[in-house]
Amino acid sequence: MTAAFFGHFTYWASIFLLMAGLYIVIARGNLVKKLVGLGIFQTSVYMLYIAPGKLIGGTAPIVGEGFSVYSNPLPHVLILTAIVVGVATLALGLAIVVRIREAYGSVEEDDLLEADAKDD
Amino acid sequence: MIETTVIAVQLALMAGVAVAIARSRNLFAVVVLSGAYSFLMATALAALDAADVAMTEAAVGAGVSTVLLLGALHLVGSLEAKPARSPAGPLIVVVLTGLLVVYGTFGLSAFSDPQAPIHRHVVPRYLEEGPKETGVPNVVTAVLASYRGYDTLGETTVVFTAGIGVIALLRRRKRPGKAEAP
Amino acid sequence: MRKDIVLRVVGKILIPFALVFALYVQFHGDFGPGGGFQAGVIIAAAIIFYGVIFGLAASRRAVPEALVESMVALGVLIYAGIGVAGLLLGGNYLDYFVLDHDPVHGQHRGIFWVEVGVAVTVSGVMLKVFYLFAGRGRDLEE
Repeated sequence: MTAAFFGHFTYWASIFLLMAGLYIVIARGNLVKKLVGLGIFQTSVYMLYIAPGKLIGGTAPIVGEGFSVYSNPLPHVLILTAIVVGVATLALGLAIVVRIREAYGSVEEDDLLEADAKDD
Repeated sequence: MIETTVIAVQLALMAGVAVAIARSRNLFAVVVLSGAYSFLMATALAALDAADVAMTEAAVGAGVSTVLLLGALHLVGSLEAKPARSPAGPLIVVVLTGLLVVYGTFGLSAFSDPQAPIHRHVVPRYLEEGPKETGVPNVVTAVLASYRGYDTLGETTVVFTAGIGVIALLRRRKRPGKAEAP
Repeated sequence: MRKDIVLRVVGKILIPFALVFALYVQFHGDFGPGGGFQAGVIIAAAIIFYGVIFGLAASRRAVPEALVESMVALGVLIYAGIGVAGLLLGGNYLDYFVLDHDPVHGQHRGIFWVEVGVAVTVSGVMLKVFYLFAGRGRDLEE
C-alpha cells in the first residue's frame, strides 16, 4: 500500500503545485503576481519531468568508475533548456508590465479593463 | 528511503510556500517567497540526482529571477489590491482540472521503476556510447551540446530574442532639447 | 548601499571568487555538473551584485553598455559560426566530427566552443536586462 502511495506521490505533489500556479494566474488581478504564478506553474512541470527519471540507488548521469546505475539524462537536457527559456519570458513579461504601468498608471487587471472600456 | 523522505519533505514545503504566495498581498514578500521556493526546488532536484538542473534552477530561479522581479517592483509599486471577486469560481475550476490530471497520472509508471519506458529506448545508447563518441563523461553536456545541438542553438536564439525584445521595450531614446531623468 | 562597510568588504571579497567559480563551472562542465548556462548566469549574478552594492554608474564603468550589447549577439554568432565551420570543412551543419583529424577531438572542440557561445549570450542578456530595469528610474511616484 505504501509502495503504491509513494509510487505516485511525486506526481500528485507536482499536480498540486501546478494547480496552485494556475489558481494564482486566473484568480489574482495584479500582473506581477500573475507572472510569479506562471513561474510556479512552469516549475511544477519541471518536477513532473525529472521525477520519473530518478532511480533509487543511482547517481547523477556523469559516467564514472564504480557506478553503474545513472538517472535518466534526457529529461535533464530538456528541462535545462526550459528553465532558461522560462527566465527569458519572465524578463520580457516584466518589461511589458513596466510599459503598461507607464502608459496606464496601474497594473491591476480591473483598472486596465476599465481604462480600455472607457476608451472605446 | 532517506532520499524519498527528503523529496517528500521538500515537495510539502514547496506546496506550503505556493499557498503563502497565493494569499499574500505584499508583493515584496511574494518575491522573497518565490526565491525561497526556487531554493527548495533546487534541493529537491539535487535529491533527485539532477545535478546540472539543480545548479541551473538555483542560479536562475533564486538569483536572476529575484533580481528581475525586484527591479520590476521598484518601477511598478509593491502592493496588490484586494481581490474584488470571490475565489469560489477559480477554485472550482482548479480543483476539477487537478482531479482530471490526477486521473491521467494513474497510467504512468511508479516512482523509480527501472522498467519504465523512458529508460528503454534511446537513453541506454546515450549512456553507453556518449562518453566514447564524444570524449565527455558528463552525459548531460554531451547530449545538450552534441546529440541535441540544434535544440540548444534554438534556445540560445530564444534568449537572444528575449534580450533584444527587452531592449526594444525599455530603451530610452534621447530626445533633443528634453532633459532625461537619470 | 555603498556606505555600508560590511556589504562593501564582503562584496570585494566574494565577487572575484564568484567570477572564478563561473569560469570553473564553464570549463569543467565536461567532467562534472556545469556548462554554459550555469556559468553565464553566475557571471551575470556576480556583476549584478557589484551593481547593486556600488551603484549602477560604477557597474556601467566596469562593464560598459557597448560591451554587454555586443556580448548578447556574439554568443549566437559563435554558435552559428561553429555550424558554418562544419560546413566549410566538408561535413554537415553543426557537424563536429570534421573539426579535427581525430573525430573525438573534433567533438571536444565543438562542444567547448558551443558552450562558450551559450555562456556569452546568457550572461550578456541577463546583464543587459538588469541594466535596463535599474536604469529606468522612477517616473511615476507611488
